Amino acid sequence: MPEHNFLVVEDSPTMRQLISFALKRIPGSKIVEANDGIDALKKLSTQKFDIILTDINMPIMDGLKLVSMVRNDPAHKTIPIIIITTEGAEEDRKRGLALGANAYIPKPIQTADLLTVVNGILGNK
Amino acid sequence: MEKEPAPISKKVEEFLQVFKKGEEFTQELLKENEKLRYRVAQLEEVTKFSDREGTYKVHSMEERIKFLEDENRSLIERYRVVEEENKDFANRYIEVESENNNLANLYVASYQLHSTLDFNESLKIILEIVMNLIGAEEFSIMMLDEKTNELTIVAQEGMGPEARASVKLGEGTIGNAARSGESFYREGDPTDLVGVDYLHPLVVIPLKIKDHVIGVIVIYKLLVQKQEFSNVDYELFSMLAGHAATALFSSKLYSQSERKLTTIQSFLDLLKEK
Repeated sequence: MPEHNFLVVEDSPTMRQLISFALKRIPGSKIVEANDGIDALKKLSTQKFDIILTDINMPIMDGLKLVSMVRNDPAHKTIPIIIITTEGAEEDRKRGLALGANAYIPKPIQTADLLTVVNGILGNK
Repeated sequence: MEKEPAPISKKVEEFLQVFKKGEEFTQELLKENEKLRYRVAQLEEVTKFSDREGTYKVHSMEERIKFLEDENRSLIERYRVVEEENKDFANRYIEVESENNNLANLYVASYQLHSTLDFNESLKIILEIVMNLIGAEEFSIMMLDEKTNELTIVAQEGMGPEARASVKLGEGTIGNAARSGESFYREGDPTDLVGVDYLHPLVVIPLKIKDHVIGVIVIYKLLVQKQEFSNVDYELFSMLAGHAATALFSSKLYSQSERKLTTIQSFLDLLKEK
């Protein structure tokens, strides 16, 4: 069974648990959680991940800054990133995708929609 | 010199020989005729058998075609039934998936609500649930002060300064929902808003322990991508009405008891010193 490593970056424990709950339905999934962008960068420096799922509004370092930093880091720039956020306006979506995110999912999330996006990215890898 | 005529006996002998040959030829012809008759009879027999066999084969093939046609019809019917079953299973799968999603939301929400005995953390978790799981943009949590009969905002998200910090029990939509203990859902499209009206919220959920109201969750505006409330939202409202109330009440009691414990401990320490 192939192993899939996910990094879930969320300041809300409720959302972290909900996203992890959904991702656990993918066989071979291993989930690491981070509270904010800085925490995520620390975890990226020690582990390899297949997909990063990040919120935008977080303390210390927000999700957009994290996307930008990952895309400018030669070691991690190819890791697919999914933004999961309450910022659902079209301009927010465009901004997130322009920074290099692969997908943009507005909250509240539907498990089926999230799994479709994640499986689509894993299938294309 | 003139040739002498053959004697009669010689002529007779010649005639007899010709006759004998004729007899032999006739015998051969008869034999040949017999053989041919036998052959004709044989062929007639074969032809008769072939006709019988041909008729049997055609009949057999017709029966086979009929059987195969029946089987084909039966398979088409079975295929139709299986296709219907398949559609039914696909619909059931979608329903189960949706139910699974709803249960996951409810499980996570109630798990988080009861994961702490810290009052402020409980408030933060309720805010997270209302924002991330329901999709509200502007909302507040109000607690009831039983001495003054006033509902006061203890936590809020996205609300403007014009929002009232407190409401009397029985006053307006919020006060009435708190007094009656009945949830309020504004009629019509929840996204049908020009601006936020803090006097007319979208939803008011009384937080109740049994029939005792301790506060309310008030939602004024939904996130731009949230078009309508789904079944799970109503389930979440119902879950919040009970579980958020007990989480807030128990964490408040725990904080009070912790404070009292600290005070008593300080007294005890003072007494020991004396």
